[in-house]
Amino acid sequence: MSFEPILTKYRHEKDSHTIDFYRGHGGYEQAKKAIHDWAPDDLIEEVKKSNLRGRGGAGFPTGVKWSFVPKQTDKPKYLAVNADESEPGTFKDRVIMETDPHLLLEGIMISCWAVGINTAYIYIRGEMVHGYNQLVSACKEAYAAGFLGKGIFGSDFELDVTVHRGAGAYICGEETGMLTSLEGERGQPKLKPPFPAIEGLFGCPTVVNNVETLANLPFILEKGADHFRSIGPEKSPGPKLFCVSGHVEKPGTYELPMGVNLLTLINEHCGGVWKGRKLKAVIPGGSSAHVLHADECDVNMDIESLAAGGSMLGSAGVIVMDETTDMVDALLNIMKFYHHESCGQCTPCREGTGWLEKIVHRLHQGRGRKEDLDVVFDVCDRMIGKTICVLADAAAFPAMSFIDKFRDEFLAKCTNSDRSTAQATSGAGGVNV
Amino acid sequence: MTDLAFSKDAMKEYEWMLTRYPNKEAALLPTLRIAEREFENLDPAAMKYVADLMGLSPAKVLGVVTFYTHYRREGTGTYHLQVCSTLSCALRGSEDVCAHLSAKLGVGLGETTDDGLFTLSKVECLASCDTAPMLQCNDDYHEGLTLEDVDHLIDRLREEAKAGGAA
Ligand SMILES: Cc1cc2nc3c(=O)[nH]c(=O)nc-3n(C[C@H](O)[C@H](O)[C@H](O)COP(=O)(O)O)c2cc1C
Ligand code: SF4
Ligand code: FES
Repeated sequence: MSFEPILTKYRHEKDSHTIDFYRGHGGYEQAKKAIHDWAPDDLIEEVKKSNLRGRGGAGFPTGVKWSFVPKQTDKPKYLAVNADESEPGTFKDRVIMETDPHLLLEGIMISCWAVGINTAYIYIRGEMVHGYNQLVSACKEAYAAGFLGKGIFGSDFELDVTVHRGAGAYICGEETGMLTSLEGERGQPKLKPPFPAIEGLFGCPTVVNNVETLANLPFILEKGADHFRSIGPEKSPGPKLFCVSGHVEKPGTYELPMGVNLLTLINEHCGGVWKGRKLKAVIPGGSSAHVLHADECDVNMDIESLAAGGSMLGSAGVIVMDETTDMVDALLNIMKFYHHESCGQCTPCREGTGWLEKIVHRLHQGRGRKEDLDVVFDVCDRMIGKTICVLADAAAFPAMSFIDKFRDEFLAKCTNSDRSTAQATSGAGGVNV
Repeated sequence: MTDLAFSKDAMKEYEWMLTRYPNKEAALLPTLRIAEREFENLDPAAMKYVADLMGLSPAKVLGVVTFYTHYRREGTGTYHLQVCSTLSCALRGSEDVCAHLSAKLGVGLGETTDDGLFTLSKVECLASCDTAPMLQCNDDYHEGLTLEDVDHLIDRLREEAKAGGAA
């Protein structure tokens, strides 16, 4: 099956980030069509029909999310574009923002027209200075061309877009954390409900969408919902950016139809496991996803298939580990991350991520006991579903699945197990710095 | 205590920024970016200036600054070398990059060289996992690093600093 990239078609072309290039390749025609030819409600129906599902991690149907926003309200409505991209293993939104920022802006125009929004913020993580500069200059170009501001395409539609820099905090990728941060606060998540669609930014109805999600909209309008649905599996259709990193020959962002087989992705697109080594494990959806054992990797990369396979598509950050990977070491790395990034509001998360790191650290040093593995599951059990946001769950999933699927390696680190190879000090050569 | 103040341009940028949000407070993060640039880092005097400017309490500003890891804080060297050490980078040798830098510069993590040029830190995933191992130095990403690349980078930055071109 041959598939031509849609979202990253021009990424390697010179000046692909400029408005002249973008317009020269049909850019902004779909936004114009939306504003001239589409009634907002019909547009929402069309996006519903396309079954576009959020690319930020949760996979919620985009059109359905839009339809939750009240039509009649005396409050302003907002779009908050999630460009925080901080899930370990994920680097796709960056490609769009750096090489094709106008594609994102056109997507923003279409969604704002559909939902009746006049103000959008793009929340980009602070570290991405290049992406920020690209977006700021794209906005300037779009304002100068009359595509943003007042009276867009001769209509009375008005739209302002502001690029807002974050400052380094994983939790600001979680939608309510992002909104809190946008309000000028410490980026701590809030309890839902109320959902952002009803009470979000500045207490007003707010749509939160991921960069890649919005970048699909011009294509949906151009080719129609039916065509979009003909790509990939019915329940989660469309083109998808897969981020592959770790032990493969050719890491990178690969645009393929949703549902590509994971082994095909690794072996055919990414040149296989590096150095001719064997595959040991894959995390398919960013570090918050359950790890897959090599035996489980013959699975399709879409929302339903991965859920059935005991993991999740998440952000489609595919982290590949070869046969030499020390799984205790790898898990310790992940646990340090979540402990560092917990915002500290909820006791199960603040304390739980700390305990998980401590226990895995002890195992890593060869000072663990086999009862420690049960303690890990006990701690996870007290974290999952018991906190304000799902960062706690995101920390628990890798902990449980690593130990479940590579138990022997963990037991080997315990001083009192049959399989013990543990010594009093740490083993040599690990992935942890 | 020196009297800090935004330059004319910075003040203009700040005022424009205020027009982008329905209330002042929402402009705090972007304003801190301006302050970071104007005053080189966010020391207590810089935070106090922002608080006064925006009519916020210094405690509120401190609370926000300390929540985020990316603001340039007091005591950072001219070049802040931030080595990504999250899983994808770790799988491809970020530990070696860190150890190499630490030995080469004679500093541990979080420390600054005596000449005030380099601060070495470890940071979490920078969304560049396909070019691991990588580091961020001030605004720039340096990707797909070999130890040789690291040596070249340090040499180049030292020369840049000597020539007075450091940011
Ligand atoms: C801890 C945590 C981190 C998240 N990080 C991101 C992120 O970096 N980018 C993103 O788009 N969504 C992230 N999400 C998902 C958002 O909460 C939200 O579901 C998404 O932005 C909605 O957009 P979509 O429907 O277009 O996917 C994160 C969620 C959680 C719980
Ligand atoms: S679950 Fe963790 S990250 Fe989420 S709000 Fe609670 S403490 Fe913060
Ligand atoms: S793990 Fe280093 S950039 Fe993502």
